[in-house]
Amino acid sequence: MKTRELALGLVLVFAPAAILAQGVTDSMLLHPPANSWPTHHGDYSARRYSSLKLINDTNVQDLSLDWESRVTGGTPAEEPANPRGNNVRVAGSPLLVNGMLYFTANDNAWGMDARTGRIMWHWYRESTGPEPVTSNKGMGMYGNWLYFITRDNNLVSIDATTGAQRWIVPVADPRQYYFSTMAPIVIKNHVIVGTGGDSLDLSGFVQAHDPETGEIQWTHYNTPREGEPGFDTWPNEYAAAHGGGGAWVQGAYDPGLNLYYYGTANPNPVYAPQSRKGADLFTSSIIAINPDTGKMAWYYQASPHDTHDWDAACDTVLIDGTIDGKPRKLLAQASRNGYFFVLDRTNGKKVVAVPFVDTLNWSKGLDSRGEPIPNPEKEPSLGGSLAWPNAGSATNWPPPSFSPETGLFYVGTGEGYAVFYLTDTDEHPEGYAGIESSLGEGPGSIKALDYKTGKIVWRHDWPAGGDAVGLLSTAGNLLFAGNESDLVAFNARNGKILWHAGLLASPNAPMTFMLDGKQHILVFGGDTAYNFVLNVPAPKATAVKK
Amino acid sequence: MTTKSKLGGLLLAVMAIAAIALHAQTQTSAATASQAPNPATTVGNNATIAATPAAIRQSGEDPVAVGRGAESYASAGCASCHGATAKGTNVGPDLVRSPLVEDDKKGELIGPVLSAPHPTGGQKINLTEQQISDIAAWLRVQVYGAAMRDTYSYLDIVVGDPQKGEAFFNGPGKCNTCHSVTGDLAGVGSKYQPPQLQGLWISGGANARFGRGRGRGLLTANGGLLADTTPPEITNSTVTVTVTLADGQKFTGIPVSIDDFHVAFRDMSGAYHSFDRINGYPKVEVHNPLQPHWELLKNLTDDEMHNVTAYLVTLK
Repeated sequence: MKTRELALGLVLVFAPAAILAQGVTDSMLLHPPANSWPTHHGDYSARRYSSLKLINDTNVQDLSLDWESRVTGGTPAEEPANPRGNNVRVAGSPLLVNGMLYFTANDNAWGMDARTGRIMWHWYRESTGPEPVTSNKGMGMYGNWLYFITRDNNLVSIDATTGAQRWIVPVADPRQYYFSTMAPIVIKNHVIVGTGGDSLDLSGFVQAHDPETGEIQWTHYNTPREGEPGFDTWPNEYAAAHGGGGAWVQGAYDPGLNLYYYGTANPNPVYAPQSRKGADLFTSSIIAINPDTGKMAWYYQASPHDTHDWDAACDTVLIDGTIDGKPRKLLAQASRNGYFFVLDRTNGKKVVAVPFVDTLNWSKGLDSRGEPIPNPEKEPSLGGSLAWPNAGSATNWPPPSFSPETGLFYVGTGEGYAVFYLTDTDEHPEGYAGIESSLGEGPGSIKALDYKTGKIVWRHDWPAGGDAVGLLSTAGNLLFAGNESDLVAFNARNGKILWHAGLLASPNAPMTFMLDGKQHILVFGGDTAYNFVLNVPAPKATAVKK
Repeated sequence: MTTKSKLGGLLLAVMAIAAIALHAQTQTSAATASQAPNPATTVGNNATIAATPAAIRQSGEDPVAVGRGAESYASAGCASCHGATAKGTNVGPDLVRSPLVEDDKKGELIGPVLSAPHPTGGQKINLTEQQISDIAAWLRVQVYGAAMRDTYSYLDIVVGDPQKGEAFFNGPGKCNTCHSVTGDLAGVGSKYQPPQLQGLWISGGANARFGRGRGRGLLTANGGLLADTTPPEITNSTVTVTVTLADGQKFTGIPVSIDDFHVAFRDMSGAYHSFDRINGYPKVEVHNPLQPHWELLKNLTDDEMHNVTAYLVTLK
């Protein structure tokens, strides 16, 4: 901290005031102004909730398009997002700072004028390595510097004004099948990123970098080494060191407790249990670490000894709530294994752990820690084990939302099953070591859960099914969600549909902000940004008397 | 495993022979693993699981070089320390999870290791450049085959009891209420491989989802699109939709897309229709003949699944 404070002091003395007014500050990260969206989820809580209500349940039917703007990638980067577009899919939420939008797709980053949709700059670099393209989640920002991680695990810092690259530093070796998707989170003088990989049995980790130089400050492996806590849940160090537990999503931060929270991915080898008997900590877990040191404060394992690719790398949403009349600092996650968890975020103790899907069949209840007990009969087997949900899962990385106005936790879910086969019976299987044959995808819904109990207060079943989708709730009693190519606004209290717009591709998680007195709802569908506002008539022309 | 090519079979045979022949050789010293040591047990216990023919094919390596590499790997005694499938043993490191191997292109990285006294303090292994290059190719296939799950092969998945499967088929499973082993299921045991057969029978063979796709037209030779107006083929697994307008007019067809705001379908003549959905109209009823499969699966046990598969496999 001292070095940075000194550096900041020097900047304060010498830099023009206009430049200082631009970037992201600690204060902005702690209390984002209405005209900003300075982190992937808008703020540290990961609630994806906005207190804006100019657009609300009484006028949302008048929401209309202000502009749309399409981006083109450096080279084809993804499966075609839509037949008319190119191969770019902007999957994460942009940042919005000083009227500029900043966002990524694989190997690409852009700066865009939020008032007009004009592309101001475009950064491109082609990743290397054997892993296929995935969904890059976006950026972090501090000062006037943007941070994002490439698919091949390089942390990049670029100038938010020009798009010029400042530095690029390696985080992990893509040749070992590491790959990265996470939007970095900036906490004080730490740029925290995570990585992992399922193909060849790695050790996933999160890592803090110096925001100025990119130097590594600390690394926290999500599986322990000999002598560390949790090591007794692995048969040996070789298994733990190749035990998986990647980090894919941004997580959340509580400044008061100075704890950074995130979910870890599944253990490796993904489908074969025989070389990693035990709970396999701290995979498929929700973890709290000190962002200054990388030391773990507590954990809660969502899927002990997972064998179905049900990582807990879904967002961890911070809720300041009330349980039994007492104010509580809570953390909520709808996990890929089909459970909704609410924890005490001061210590990781379970408050709620109940299924949020109708068809879950792998759990034998909760153990003394309040963690689900996996049924060993549902582990992948030679003849196949029929498990609900499938590996695509009850939900996934697209972020949920929590509204303190309604007290409801919103999540996009799907019901489906798969047969899990073991294909490597070796004592030391490697890779996935099994096949998931996903055969049925059934109903898909938006569900609104009471955070105190996990009970479903309302649900909307999509007519043709659906999956995890990114969400946004607002103080205007609105919930924005996507289904197929539609962006849909719900009444947040009762689930009634109030508005929709058809896009060219499936929406990412929408965001909202104020600019020039107008509230904006911004969403990407594939390669195209759509900016919605309450359009009003233009000023009347002044009549000229002849 | 039933579809292994001759080359794959040869590889397995070579590796198995190598494992047996080399098991008796004296171990010189324990090599150092790049990370924590792999406490793999005895040499050769993993000889049955190796990269599949699909891995050789998809990896882009020259299959002939890979075959030679397998022979050189065996004849040079590599398996005695690194295991028949290069996953390592208690005396030699895992080469599949080795960054050195993963980064090697033509043997330029593993070559110097092999040319030096190897393992350290041991005897120099005399290998030609060609042999080193071949071993590198074989190793890269092992890496690729472990990492790329679309190259995996099912093992023998028929583990159930066919008699119990038959009893379930005609009893509590109620399969025989819609299906006949002498009718629609005659010969399914010959028609499909067991993993495919198991997937087909539990799911009913179709996925009942239909999205808001851009239509299912017919591509023309010059890249254009013709609207599909052919009458839809209705099978016993086809999802159909009945759409009733506010004035009572009723259509039946196959859905193209259904969401909260629109319904689009092709009627039995093949004609395309789309309607806005406003205030509950038109009424949209989806008929999914595979719904009984969905309901069955919610309570189907793995034993029941395995038994029915074992029974269907006998329907040659």
